[in-house]
Amino acid sequence: MQYLRDNPDRVLELTEQHVRLVASSILIAMLIGIPIGILVTRVRWLETPVIGAFGMLYTVPSLALFVILLRYTGIGQTTVIVALVLYSLLAIVRNTIAGLDSVPPAMIDAAQGMGMTGLQRLFWVELPLALPVILAGVRLATVAAVGIATIGAVIGAGGLGRLIFDGMRSLDTDRIIAGALVASLLALAADWGLAALGNLLRRDVGVLSKG
Amino acid sequence: MRVRGEALDFITYIRENRERFTELLIQHLELTVYSVLLAVLIAVPLAILASRVELLAKPLTWLGAIGQTIPSLAILALTLGWLGIGFRPSLVALTIRAVLPIFLNTYVGIRNADRSVIDAARGMGTSGAQLLFLVELPLASPVLFAGIQTATVQTVGLATLAAYIGGGGLGDLILQGLAMVDYPILLAGAIPVALLAIAAELLLGGLRRLVIPAGLQTEGR
Repeated sequence: MQYLRDNPDRVLELTEQHVRLVASSILIAMLIGIPIGILVTRVRWLETPVIGAFGMLYTVPSLALFVILLRYTGIGQTTVIVALVLYSLLAIVRNTIAGLDSVPPAMIDAAQGMGMTGLQRLFWVELPLALPVILAGVRLATVAAVGIATIGAVIGAGGLGRLIFDGMRSLDTDRIIAGALVASLLALAADWGLAALGNLLRRDVGVLSKG
Repeated sequence: MRVRGEALDFITYIRENRERFTELLIQHLELTVYSVLLAVLIAVPLAILASRVELLAKPLTWLGAIGQTIPSLAILALTLGWLGIGFRPSLVALTIRAVLPIFLNTYVGIRNADRSVIDAARGMGTSGAQLLFLVELPLASPVLFAGIQTATVQTVGLATLAAYIGGGGLGDLILQGLAMVDYPILLAGAIPVALLAIAAELLLGGLRRLVIPAGLQTEGR
């Protein structure tokens, strides 16, 4: 705790770096993953190869992936962001598919009966109804990304991992605890925050489907 | 940053340093297998206890859920502060990390076991131990096994970081490669680690199909 008290500015700076790393990775992963998920529900045979490929990528240990990417994306944040995007795609794509699959057929029929085009149906009916499930995938990906991002400090991406690695190098337990504590709190905050948002959305959708 | 060497030079490096590579690979496997086995020995009894003693269930699962959000690196680093450097501290850290998914999965597996099957077993007069070993654990086995699979793949990855606390393993090569900015050495650690994780996933996936009772096969993870 001493370290936190003595260096609030440093901890805040690294926390901000950490949040930025995770947030930009998750946003990029959503921009790529949700369209891929939509595509898979339209072109069904893609499901096995797409989920298989992202599943395989997901098993690759983060330090190994960082190192393999290093040659192409260099030392620093870019490499970590690319890796975090690749990891996050599995949960986001998988949940987008599950979410779209969970839309009741009656809703789709109703939308069609009202004369909606395919795109209107997608944006006004299917995606809003799938949103809670997609968000659950985003939540899983975010919590994992907060943890993996700490390892990014090895290749100069900054973030809270800096405190942990610096602490390991100088055998400064206080610094390790500071990094570990803030990173864990960040993951918990993301977990709870996104869960709350999901409940809110679910309630909205519930009202929608009743009314 | 400029990195030396061509991408495929790592194969040459492994060939020229076969002995060291084999030693590190064996260390990596030992770290992974021992810690997952230890974790099973700790997590399964704990999960059975939690499923029996209502009072313990809440705090244990809550602790498990919170524990999942602690970054793996932090667990490793904190173990360094607590037990120092070396193979054993690494083993302790990896075991702590592997306990969580196995515990949570075993507990969920037992809790979600079909009540009517358990009632039927009770009605047939099975004792508590028979119920556990002949009914509940087999019913929980698909989820339990999925937990072991997750834990193993995760441990292969975390064992790479164990090099930072002197645990050895293939992470040593990555550490050395980073220090020397030498791409072939980096890849000599990274590519085998990646293949090892993928192999663990596929192998345990296949094994799951072998050991899970036929009637439960469809309930994968």
